[in-house]
Amino acid sequence: MSEPLLNVRNVTKAFGGVKALDGVGLTLRPGEIHALMGENGAGKSTLIKVLTGVYTPDDGAMQFDGRVIAPRSTREAEAIGISTVYQEVNLVPTLSIADNILLGRQPTRFGFLRKKAIKQRAEVALARLGLKLDVSLPLNACSMAEQQLVAIARALDIQAKLLILDEPTSSLDEREVEFLFGVLRRLRDQGMALLFVTHFLDQVYAITDRITVLRNGAFVGDFAAADLPRLKLIGAMLGRNFEELESADSDPSPAITEKRATFLEAQELGKRGVMDNVSLSIAPGEVVGLSGLLGSGRTETAKMLFGVLPPDRGSLSIAGQRTSIRSPRQAIRLGLAFCSEDRKSEGIIPHLSVRENMILAMQASRGPLRLLARSEQDQIAAHYIRALNIKTASAETPIMNLSGGNQQKVMLARWLAMQPKLIILDEPTRGIDVGAKAEIEKLVHSLRAQGMAVIFISSDIEEVVRTCERVVVLRDRRKIAELSGAEVQPNRIMNVIAHHDE
Amino acid sequence: MMNDPFARIRPWFSGASLLWPVLGLLTLLVFNAIYAPGFFRLELRDGHLYGTLVDILNQGSKVMLLAIGMTLIIATGGVDLSVGSLMAIAGAVAAVLVTQAALPFAAIVGTTLALTAIAGTANGLLVAAVGIQPIIATLILMVAGRGIAMLITDGQIITFEHAPLVFVGNGHLFALPFTVTLVLLTLGVTSLATRKTAIGLFLESVGDNEKAARYCGINTTLVKVVVYAFSGLCAGVAGLIATSNIKAADSSRVGEMMELDAIFAVVVGGTALTGGRFTLVGSIVGALLIQTLTTTMYNLGVPPAVAPVPKAIVIVAVCLLQSEKFRQQITSWFGRRQA
Repeated sequence: MSEPLLNVRNVTKAFGGVKALDGVGLTLRPGEIHALMGENGAGKSTLIKVLTGVYTPDDGAMQFDGRVIAPRSTREAEAIGISTVYQEVNLVPTLSIADNILLGRQPTRFGFLRKKAIKQRAEVALARLGLKLDVSLPLNACSMAEQQLVAIARALDIQAKLLILDEPTSSLDEREVEFLFGVLRRLRDQGMALLFVTHFLDQVYAITDRITVLRNGAFVGDFAAADLPRLKLIGAMLGRNFEELESADSDPSPAITEKRATFLEAQELGKRGVMDNVSLSIAPGEVVGLSGLLGSGRTETAKMLFGVLPPDRGSLSIAGQRTSIRSPRQAIRLGLAFCSEDRKSEGIIPHLSVRENMILAMQASRGPLRLLARSEQDQIAAHYIRALNIKTASAETPIMNLSGGNQQKVMLARWLAMQPKLIILDEPTRGIDVGAKAEIEKLVHSLRAQGMAVIFISSDIEEVVRTCERVVVLRDRRKIAELSGAEVQPNRIMNVIAHHDE
Repeated sequence: MMNDPFARIRPWFSGASLLWPVLGLLTLLVFNAIYAPGFFRLELRDGHLYGTLVDILNQGSKVMLLAIGMTLIIATGGVDLSVGSLMAIAGAVAAVLVTQAALPFAAIVGTTLALTAIAGTANGLLVAAVGIQPIIATLILMVAGRGIAMLITDGQIITFEHAPLVFVGNGHLFALPFTVTLVLLTLGVTSLATRKTAIGLFLESVGDNEKAARYCGINTTLVKVVVYAFSGLCAGVAGLIATSNIKAADSSRVGEMMELDAIFAVVVGGTALTGGRFTLVGSIVGALLIQTLTTTMYNLGVPPAVAPVPKAIVIVAVCLLQSEKFRQQITSWFGRRQA
């Protein structure tokens, strides 16, 4: 085994008392593709930012290429030989491909750019990737995949020994991913070390040699990919015992088929670059969970149903009628409601009062001219503040002054006031305290009792199991299984996520 | 509970704070009371009221009208730079029609305002449907508008003596200039239309968080197009007044730089450029503040070339006072002994 190229030991980084990294280690060898895995908040991006000099660690040591390093800026990290390609390519879209590859390092003569030399060096860098592009084209004329490759070419030109790829495949289609992987293997064979961050399990096993898992800012383990079964990997990421998972019964019991009139039925919905394929159906009084790891397509499914990201294939019918939903307005008219996980940018209207935030969807469906009487508005606000136990100084307080949990309840009130036939709750309990969590779960049960259909999305598997009678499991942007009745068990869900194609 | 001596009147100033523009206006009036004798003198001649205060209302009417339309646009997070040029177009159209077409006056006014509203709609479509940034989208018509007006008048300054059109900018009604009636009417209708329907709520939602508003089922595109169309309408009325004032359509001068005065008026009045909460009354106060300032400087004999400097200082001061952060900073400098 060759000497390690990068050796990170015991790195700790805290932000205002919260430890984002707590004694994390990472070892990379030349000619190795290494995956960095972990759920949200595991510390992956913090670790990358420490490596690339964006953050300075509070504690710990980093050795690179036999020397102790402490980069203080991305520029310094690049000079050492550590280069990063981010998920959102951060190049200059209007400059040419060649200029992007050499940006900041263009060869000059008497202070003037040497166009020819720039072009040549860019072509050399692309050739190393096995790529032939007209380097004088502006970057924004390229596809996302080509832009990724240009970003990688930039890393090659600076003679990087370590290339960090932060979710490079999340906006690529299958063919493009294949090509990218070919390039990565080629680089590996040239002796480069690659650190690869992704949420797609299949891709991890397709390309990586070793896997380092982080959880809640702590180091869980460094495994050889070949020796780490999927289930064990997921167990490590989610913090569950491997044996416990293994012991769960793994033969599927037949799904319980009940005859209820479906309210919504989606068949093979998909949208290019967003979601591959998902089917689901839901009846009044049913709570269906969407489960899967981060990036598996839970929110995307919700947004396709609600018309935010209208699907470009598949079929949808509501109450037996074939339909297609192109906008939230239309979805609302059909009796749908969507409580977004991104409360801040997709939910609250920050400066408006609690009352105004609550009645907004209802008012929008009445149109601008038929204003809800103020007395009626006050009544609705008072009702939901009491019913959902919302803690606010008054109904006239701007919603931005409320705590996250209370804002969430106002969002719920906004949609409940509409009396929808189907409500989609995307991470309704994220970032709120335990008490409010329990209240929201209770609320979901009472909605079911009232005959409302609920699609419940949560990354907390236990919560999904407690709340839902049926669970659609997603992985890598497609539906891989549907569990119902007694099958709805945390272990089963994780087994399915891990073992689908085996 | 809290011991707040202003508890009763506080709500009047809450939301978008009216307190500071009103204080600014009062300060200017007090200054004039001391340094400009006769500032508050009013005279009744032939049943018409005359005096500096009346002049301020009359001359400020154009900016007040523009500011009403501009307030709604700024509430949605946009801006309209084309209103000055739209005034020129309105003037050109009206002047050509009164001199060359034998149409009833109502038809002339109707055609003029319809055209500026259509131009506003075009702005709105560029912003909301095409997705161009408002400042660029409306810059197009700001630059092109005067050219269009020139085309309409064939490059000439068209003068007219058409009695009804002359009345718009120079006539009197209820002892006051007719323009005051126009402003009050527009303000009244707009206030009712925004506050007695849900339009105001929709505007504020779109400006405060457009994505969330769309997720609530609000037709954000339509909302935006409507406010730009309305701003075009307001600019049309202001253009009729400006043209009537000088009894001529002067395409290169009418409404020049007035879009900036209108934006100032809205911002000074307490509506944030970032969109969201808006106050129409605040914008009117802001417009009056700017006009009073202009008149004051004129009375003091400040050369017109220098006049923008004090204007800028007042605007900066009022804007700073509007800022919560700035006020906290000030209170932390002076308020130590209280703690």
